[in-house]
Amino acid sequence: MTTKELAGISVDVDAEGFLTDHTVWNLDLAAAIAKEEGIEALTDRHIDVLNFMRKEFEENGTAPSIRKMNKLNVVPTKELYALFPGGPAKKAAKIAGLGKPQGCI
Amino acid sequence: MKKLLILGAGTAGTMMLNKMEAVLDKEEWDITIVDQYETHYYQPGFLFIPFGIYNRRDVIKPKRDFFPPGVNVIFSKIDVVDAGKNQVILDGGKVLSYDILLVATGTKINPAETDGMADGGWHKNIFDFYTVEGAVALQQFLKYWEGGKMVLNIVEMPIKCPVAPLEFVFLADWWFTEQGIRDKVDIEFVTPLPGAFTKPKASKVFGDFLNKKNISLTPEFSTGRVDWENNKLVSWDETSIDYDLLVTIPTNMGDDLIARSGLGDELNFIPTDKFTLQSQANDNIFVIGDATNLPSSKAGSVAHFQADILTDNLLSYIDGKPLKGKFDGHANCYIESGFGKGILIDFNYDTEPLPGKFPLPGVGPFSLLEETRMNHYGKMMFRWMYWNLLLKGAELPIESHMLMAGKRA
Repeated sequence: MTTKELAGISVDVDAEGFLTDHTVWNLDLAAAIAKEEGIEALTDRHIDVLNFMRKEFEENGTAPSIRKMNKLNVVPTKELYALFPGGPAKKAAKIAGLGKPQGCI
Repeated sequence: MKKLLILGAGTAGTMMLNKMEAVLDKEEWDITIVDQYETHYYQPGFLFIPFGIYNRRDVIKPKRDFFPPGVNVIFSKIDVVDAGKNQVILDGGKVLSYDILLVATGTKINPAETDGMADGGWHKNIFDFYTVEGAVALQQFLKYWEGGKMVLNIVEMPIKCPVAPLEFVFLADWWFTEQGIRDKVDIEFVTPLPGAFTKPKASKVFGDFLNKKNISLTPEFSTGRVDWENNKLVSWDETSIDYDLLVTIPTNMGDDLIARSGLGDELNFIPTDKFTLQSQANDNIFVIGDATNLPSSKAGSVAHFQADILTDNLLSYIDGKPLKGKFDGHANCYIESGFGKGILIDFNYDTEPLPGKFPLPGVGPFSLLEETRMNHYGKMMFRWMYWNLLLKGAELPIESHMLMAGKRA
């Protein structure tokens, strides 16, 4: 675990840059992480997705899958890939301040 | 009489039927198993069918051969589970009530989940090998194929037997070499994972094998659709991969019955306690094998290790005691690597596959994360063990919980 300066405050992150405490998250932090991930500005659609993921995480203890967000009409899979290019499951979870999604084996 | 009802007579359901029949008091308990099909498939054998090593007859036996006397067997489709009423309704309306329900309805491939996959190219130049029909159709195709680009792709995780796609390309490399056309075939392994496998050490070892066998690896490719008219696999972010032959592992989902009954997640897998195997929603519903949403491999060995733990927990539940059996995610997989050799991995929720000897520490005869002839013999001998010991619920000389002894961290 390391400490890092993001959006003017210092936060704890793991080796891959995921926040270790999701409760410190706010939209400024999200925007700062998004920039690091190559997303210049967060649109309302981005924020809808992030809010839904955080709500699910608080209710179920895990971030929702891409498939679940598609099924519940939160965001179609195609659009999700456009919003978070190059791996939305991981990237969106990171920007939402959640831990790295659990991989399956 | 109290009633134990088992849904699904595949690997997990059949093992549990035999185990519970042996321990429950027949004066008190009535045991019933329901399945829609009368044929049992030895699913690990499907891998060998495309290469003509096995044929259909080598992987099938009647389910009845593995049921103990004195249990009720019903061959029927199931309409719905009504968990509120502790009832299962069969197609045609027959109602079965239960005190304990054990769900072992497995997982299956759903090619129609991907646009264009189950269309005009399906079983023409797009094949699965997770069904006997797909494996046999692919055998027929390969017999006359003169070469080109073969792409193997995993659409999304989780899948049944996560090492099978690797085994397929390893065997394909061997088989095309035997046929004298390896120089006319390009093999590409396309996966949504960041490497050849999920766990770092094994991923490195398998990645090196792919490299050595001249199989190219395309990681982090999330399949969005198949453009079957132009023979292209297209990702959600619109990169595409050309193929002449596509061998695909389609989306895996639990049975539709689970969705109809409102028991599953978005992939129809049942939210299950990862240690006790009790369903999260209903105390008297237990789940085993591929039907669970556990973060363990969907594999027969996993179901086998779960079966011992679940048997203990069902007995505790019946006695009204806390469930003490704790499944650790143990999986054990023989991986065919071609040219008469194999690799073995043994791991659980917390410990990734490591090198070493198995099952006897320092002795073997099997070697972990290494390619040996003995590992290949282990894989081929397993079919006999499966039919004669495993399905019948007999003890095997492997512990249910993973052991660190013999492994090098």
